Amino acid sequence: MSALPIIARRRRLLPRNPLVLVGGMLVVLQVLLAVGAPIFAPYDPLDQSILDRMQGPSAKHWLGTDRFGRDILSRIIYGYRASFGIAASAVAIALVIGGTLGIVSAVYRGWTDRVIMRLMDVLFAFPIILLAIGIIAILGPGAVTTAAAIGIVYIPIFARLLRAPTLVIAATEYVEGARAIGAGTGRIIVSHILPNLTSVILVQASLSLSTAILVEASLSFLGIGSQPPDPSLGRMLSEAREYLLLSPWDSVFSGLAILLASFGFNLLGDGLRDALDPRLRGSE
Amino acid sequence: MARYIAIRLSDLVFVLFGVSVVAFLMIRLIPGDAVEIMLGANAEVTDEQINLVRERLGLNQGMVAQYLGWLGDLLRGDLGTSLWTGVPVTEEIGARIWVTLELTFLAMGLSIVLAIPAGCAMAYFRSSLADYVIRIVTIAGVTVPNFWLGALLIYLFFILFPSFPSIGWVPFSEDPLGNLARLMLPTIALAVPVLASLSRIARSAMLDALGQDYIRTARAKGVPDGRVVFHHALRNALIPFVTAVGIYAGYLFGGAIVVEQVFALPGLGRLMIGAIAERNYPLVQASILLVTTAFVLVNFLIDMLYAALDPRISLK
Repeated sequence: MSALPIIARRRRLLPRNPLVLVGGMLVVLQVLLAVGAPIFAPYDPLDQSILDRMQGPSAKHWLGTDRFGRDILSRIIYGYRASFGIAASAVAIALVIGGTLGIVSAVYRGWTDRVIMRLMDVLFAFPIILLAIGIIAILGPGAVTTAAAIGIVYIPIFARLLRAPTLVIAATEYVEGARAIGAGTGRIIVSHILPNLTSVILVQASLSLSTAILVEASLSFLGIGSQPPDPSLGRMLSEAREYLLLSPWDSVFSGLAILLASFGFNLLGDGLRDALDPRLRGSE
Repeated sequence: MARYIAIRLSDLVFVLFGVSVVAFLMIRLIPGDAVEIMLGANAEVTDEQINLVRERLGLNQGMVAQYLGWLGDLLRGDLGTSLWTGVPVTEEIGARIWVTLELTFLAMGLSIVLAIPAGCAMAYFRSSLADYVIRIVTIAGVTVPNFWLGALLIYLFFILFPSFPSIGWVPFSEDPLGNLARLMLPTIALAVPVLASLSRIARSAMLDALGQDYIRTARAKGVPDGRVVFHHALRNALIPFVTAVGIYAGYLFGGAIVVEQVFALPGLGRLMIGAIAERNYPLVQASILLVTTAFVLVNFLIDMLYAALDPRISLK
């Protein structure tokens, strides 16, 4: 399987998959909002206006205001910025470390494989939230440590996921051929194995971003992740929960924002899997 | 088969050992130790007193000695005593674990019971508009933050049925109906993401199974449609489904930590968060070990079950 036909096939397939289209649009829209937060947010997310507090949606405040009269839409846009930043860094950490471990396991096999994968099993045995809480407690709270904690927790997911296809690729004739003409292990990994893993990586990265957004929100909901005054969707929700019966807008919209962010990436990952995995195509 | 079991058993021992090391180190690497936090509020504590307490609790030994001591006690069935209360940790955990167990079992049961028929239906209606709609709904289900769902449910029930006991806890033995009523909303909040994931897994497992040659053979020899789906396909589709159930058992516990917080349930999750904050080493270690061991054992048993059901696995 050379690289060219795969790319050609992707071009043909991607626009046809409605999940990729809708998910992709949601992701692009939300990422744009996050990146351009200072431009798009109608108000300063920290600006209080006691006279306007706990209002429902209006022309002035599209999503209403919270208990200090802060604009909910602006807070959500800044919350996206923090949430996406943390989730993306976490997935990057997990992909680089976990992916490397998984590929090395599959290429070297034997004891290397057994030891690496059992270590992954040890990490995997911990409930995600619990391990993340422990790591943040060690490193101290904050956005950077939250990203590191979620990244570490996700390492075994990428190691396991990339190991299996690498085992198959490493046993193919073209890898054997490359080895026969004298290519070193590093060269084989970079120019023969990695290109064939792109679709698996793309799909999993998208799905992991979706869950990392939820984990980050859960942690800040518990008061463990990023700390005030850093904006955070999870903390917005936990603070708003106390005023739920007085003013539900804050809770409703911040939760909906988390859902939409996670939903976009999940839809995209799911659609990409359909579009890129030739085995699934037959069964759909 | 014997060789397969032996390999898996040695892996299991290694993983459990690794888990015990991580659990032990994790709580000790957190800055600030238990004795400082215990005596910290009191300004007149002397170093001598701190040392005395450390000595009594065995905290002034080296890390390796402490770990080996703990491991030795563990192997004799002694999980240690809580640093703060002096009560055996098994008692503290025992007082809380039933809340979490009941919640996770109810959520898992609800998810399994609904996911199998939902998955079969989705596989049956594949590639139709209904399939796309259900898929989008299930993806939304997977990505709904369960603490948000919990908060919304509390709000909704407060508006619709003001007298419904949405939060808090009564033991099953005291008031069975009150117990189940209070667990209804947390169970739904915890189950929705798992239910959505499991239905998706059931769907693809069913699609896989329905595409096999033996299904064609069964149809060719005139087996009725219902029997093909439920007798031939479902039984084989259950293998990947049960694996997923094992993995989601761990997810459910993680979710329970958050859901307990929302519904003010006195479960293991809240106990552990409190114990981490107090640096209650024995309590944290024991509860982490308990949770992870349960997860590892459940998945080990599931693997063994397959090997027994499907000879292809152990022969590989």
